[in-house]
Amino acid sequence: MSIKDAMGHKEHFRKCVWESPFHPRTAALNIRNEWHRWKDYSTADAFFDEQLEYAAIRNACAVFDLTPMTKHLITGPDALAFLNRLVTRDVAKIRPGRVGYTIWCDDNGQVIDDGTIFHLREGVYRLCSQERQLDWLTRNAFGFDVTIVEDTHDVTGLALQGPTSCAVLKAIGCTGVQNLKPFEIGFYAFAGTELTVSRTGFTGDLGYELWIDPEHALELWDALFDKGKIHGIRPMGTHALEVSRIEAGFLAAQVDFHPADQAIMIDRSRSPFELDLGRLVDFSKPCFNGRRALLEEQKKGSRYRFVKLDIEGNKPARSAYIYDKDKNVVGTVTSAEWSPSAKKNIAFASLHMPWGRPGDELWAEIYYQRELKWYKVMARCHVTEQPFWDPPRRRATPAADF
Amino acid sequence: MTDRNRIVVVGGGHNGLACAAYLARAGREVVVLEAAAQVGGAAVTREFSKDFRVSGCAHLSYLLDQGIARELKLASHGLKWAREGLKTVALSPAGDHLVYKDGQLETGTLSDGDRKGLAEYHARMLKFARILAKQHNRKPPRLGGGGRAELMGAAALGLDIRLLGREDMREFLRIAGINIYDVLEEIFESPLLKGALALDAVMGANLGPRSNNSVLALLHRLSGQAAGNPGLSIPAGGMGSISEAMAAAARAAGATIRTASPVKRITLEVDRVSGVELESGEMITAGTVVSNADPARTLFGLLGARHLETGFVHRVRHFRNKGMAAKLHLALEALPSFTRLSSELAGERLVISPDLVYLEHAFDAAKYGQCSPEPALEITIPSLADKSLAPPGKHVLSAIVLYAPFDERANGDAARRELLDRSLAVLDRHAPGLRRQVVASELLLPADIEREFRITGGHWHHGELALDQFMMMRPVPGAAQYEMPIGGLYLCGAGCHPGGGVMGSAGRNAANAVLATERAA
Repeated sequence: MSIKDAMGHKEHFRKCVWESPFHPRTAALNIRNEWHRWKDYSTADAFFDEQLEYAAIRNACAVFDLTPMTKHLITGPDALAFLNRLVTRDVAKIRPGRVGYTIWCDDNGQVIDDGTIFHLREGVYRLCSQERQLDWLTRNAFGFDVTIVEDTHDVTGLALQGPTSCAVLKAIGCTGVQNLKPFEIGFYAFAGTELTVSRTGFTGDLGYELWIDPEHALELWDALFDKGKIHGIRPMGTHALEVSRIEAGFLAAQVDFHPADQAIMIDRSRSPFELDLGRLVDFSKPCFNGRRALLEEQKKGSRYRFVKLDIEGNKPARSAYIYDKDKNVVGTVTSAEWSPSAKKNIAFASLHMPWGRPGDELWAEIYYQRELKWYKVMARCHVTEQPFWDPPRRRATPAADF
Repeated sequence: MTDRNRIVVVGGGHNGLACAAYLARAGREVVVLEAAAQVGGAAVTREFSKDFRVSGCAHLSYLLDQGIARELKLASHGLKWAREGLKTVALSPAGDHLVYKDGQLETGTLSDGDRKGLAEYHARMLKFARILAKQHNRKPPRLGGGGRAELMGAAALGLDIRLLGREDMREFLRIAGINIYDVLEEIFESPLLKGALALDAVMGANLGPRSNNSVLALLHRLSGQAAGNPGLSIPAGGMGSISEAMAAAARAAGATIRTASPVKRITLEVDRVSGVELESGEMITAGTVVSNADPARTLFGLLGARHLETGFVHRVRHFRNKGMAAKLHLALEALPSFTRLSSELAGERLVISPDLVYLEHAFDAAKYGQCSPEPALEITIPSLADKSLAPPGKHVLSAIVLYAPFDERANGDAARRELLDRSLAVLDRHAPGLRRQVVASELLLPADIEREFRITGGHWHHGELALDQFMMMRPVPGAAQYEMPIGGLYLCGAGCHPGGGVMGSAGRNAANAVLATERAA
C-alpha cells in the first residue's frame, strides 16, 4: 500500500503514526531507536550520536528525512494572484525554477506559519510549511481560479546538507548540479523517474533538498549512501538539525513563534516585524492578508523585538528569562544551544520593545542541574545582528566539492 | 485621473438615495447609479400586469425615520400617505376576526386576560423597541476599539437598558434573545391572537415562532413606531413614492441620479477605490464609493474577494442572507369578500396566521428546503385607498407569503406555481371566490427577489436580523461602521446597522461616516 492509499484509506485510524517510505533504511541506521512524532510520522531524534551527526553537517554531509513536511501543490490561472494575497512577500519575484522563503499572516498581521514556495514550472507552485494549512488555503481560495492539492504524502523529501553534498549529488548522476544557485531548482533523471533538487535547506550550509515520488524513495537513499560513503555521508536526526538551524538563524514554528491561528491569548502571536522578518513584507502589493494591520503597526510601533543573542558562559539558556540591568523581565529565550562551530552560547529571544537594541545591557537567567542540584547563573547577553554561522560556501556558485 | 471629490453611490435604493441626499446637502458632488429603470430598489412601485400597479417588494411603511423625512422634506418632495396607522385584522376562516391596533382590541372576542395582556404586551414591547430606536441614528461602537467614542457608544446602550428600571431591564435581558412562542404562551390564551402576533416576529426572517432571535426581530420591527413613526402606513402611489421623494430631495440638493446604469465593478488604485466601471464600459472616477448593494454583492460581486483580506472575506461569506419570504401580487376584477369582514376593514392589514402551531409547521417545511404547504400571509389591498393603482372597480392585492426558502429545491416554475396555488387556496378559504376574481398574478420567490432587486439571497433585510448580525456586528464585526476595509469604500444599505425595513437610517449614518472620515483625514 502506497503512502497515499494508506492515508486516504478509511481504516487510517488503526495506525495513527506513519512511517516514511525511507523508514526501512532509517530504522536500520537508528541504532539508538529514538523517535518522536512529527506531523503523524515517526522521525528520528538522533541515529548514533547527535554531535557526530552535527559534525557531518558542517564537515561532510548528512541526510534528513523531510517527508513529513506539509506540502501543497498550487496551480491554476490565479495561482500567482492567490499566493500573493496569501503571503507577505511578492511572489511574482520568485521566477520559475526558484524557491522563496516566506511567511503568511492572518488579518491582524500575525504570523500563521513560515515556509517555502517552490515555483516548479511556470504557474506551478508548491508550498512547503511546518503546520497543516489546507483549511487556511481553502479559505483563501474563495474568489480565485486556483487548484490546491495537499501532496504531503505523495512526495518524499530528503535534506542533504553539508560541504560534500554537491559532490555526492554529482556522483549519483545529477550532472551540472554544482551550477544551481542558492534557492534554485533543478530536475534530473534518476532511476527512470524525475528527481527534483533544490539548493535549499535548514542548516545555513551548502546543501540541497531532494524530492522524489515514494516508489523511488529507497533507490534514492541507497544511491546517496552508496556513492556518498567516501564523502562521509551520515544520517541525521532532529537534534543535529536543531543546532544547525539556530546557528543559521532560522525560526521554527511552535518554538520561536506560536502560529496565530492556534493562539488563544491575543498577545501570544507575533507579527513579521516582531520576528525580525520585516524584509519579507512587501507593502507595494495592494492586498495581502495582514497588510492593513501591519501598516498600522508600522505607524504605532511593534510590541516585541526578535533578537539573536550571544550569551556569556557555556550553559545553553533554554527558556531563560531575559532581564534588563534593573532586574526587570524584558523577554524570554525561544531557542538556545551551544554552537560548536561558532564556539558560542547562542540563543533567539523575544523581547518587549524597546529592548534588544545593540548595546542594551541584558541578562539571561540560566538554570542547570548537576546530580539533582539546581544551579543558577546570570549570564550577560549581547545582541548580534549577523547569523552565527554563514560560510561563503553556502552561496558560492558553482558549488565546490570539498 | 481620479476625481477625489466625487462620491459615487452604487444603487438607488431608499438608503442610497438618503445617503446621496445627505452628502449632496453637505456640498459633495454625488452621482447615484441605479441599475434598474427606476429608483427605489426594494421600495418601488411597479406595474406587474397592464394597469395594475403594486409595491414590488416592501409593501408597508412602518420604520421610515421621521427625522429623515423632516430633514429631507419628503412631504414637499411629493410624499403623501394613502393610509397611516393601519389596524391589524387577524383573519379567522369562520369569520371570528380580531381587529386591533396599538394593543387595543377593536373588534372580536378575547378573554379579559387577553385584552389586558395585549395592552401590556404592546406597551412593554414598544418600550423595549425604544432601546433599539435610540440606536438607529448612532454609529455602532467598534468592538474592542477602545477609543473614547467607542466607550461612550457602548455606555449609552448600557445606560438605555439600565434606565428601563429594574423590572423591565430584567425582562428585556430575559426575552431579547429568546423566541416569541415562549413569550406569547406566557401571556395569551387566544390561538388566533398568538398566531397573528407571532407573524410580526418572523416575517422576512429565517425564523419560526420557536426560533430564538424572533423577539429581537419583533423589536426591530416595532422600533420605527417606538421612534415616532405612525406605524403601518401606505404611501399614495405605493412604496416607490418614498424612494421618489428621496430622489427628489437628493436632486434638489444637487445630486445626479442616473437610472438604467448598472455598475459592473468598483475600480481600485492600489489599495483605494478609484471609481466604478459601468456595464456599458463607461468609467466614472471617484474618491469615495458608497454601496447600497448588499455586502456580498458589493464586496464579492463588484469589488472582488481577492482585494480583501481572507478573515474578513470569510466573515462576510458567512453573513446569513438567505431570504425566507415570497411576495404575491394579484390583480383582481373586484374587491374580494372576506368572510364576515366589512369592505372598510379589508383596507387594513390582514394577516393569516391562525395559531402558533400553524406558523411553526409552515416554517418546518422551509427548514428542509420546501415552501410551506399551508403558508402564512400578510395581506394589503392598497387599491382600496389609492385608486391610482388599479382600473376603476378593480383591485390589487399584495401579500407577503411565509415561508419560501432561498433553496434550489424550492425554486423554479414548478415551485412558483405550487406556492401560488397554495397561497390562493389559503386566501380562498378566507375569501371564498377570490380565486375566480384573479385576472393576473405574480409570485416572487426569494430567487426572483434576488434577480429582480439584485439582493444576494433575496433577503429583504440584506441579511438576517439576529443578535450575531446586529449593531456592531452588522454585517460583520470589524466592518460595522459603514467603512469597509478598503480605502474609500462604504456600505449604506440594509446589510448595515440598523438593518432592513424602509427606514433610511443606514443611508444617513453612512453619509455621516463618509463626512467624519473626510474630516479626520
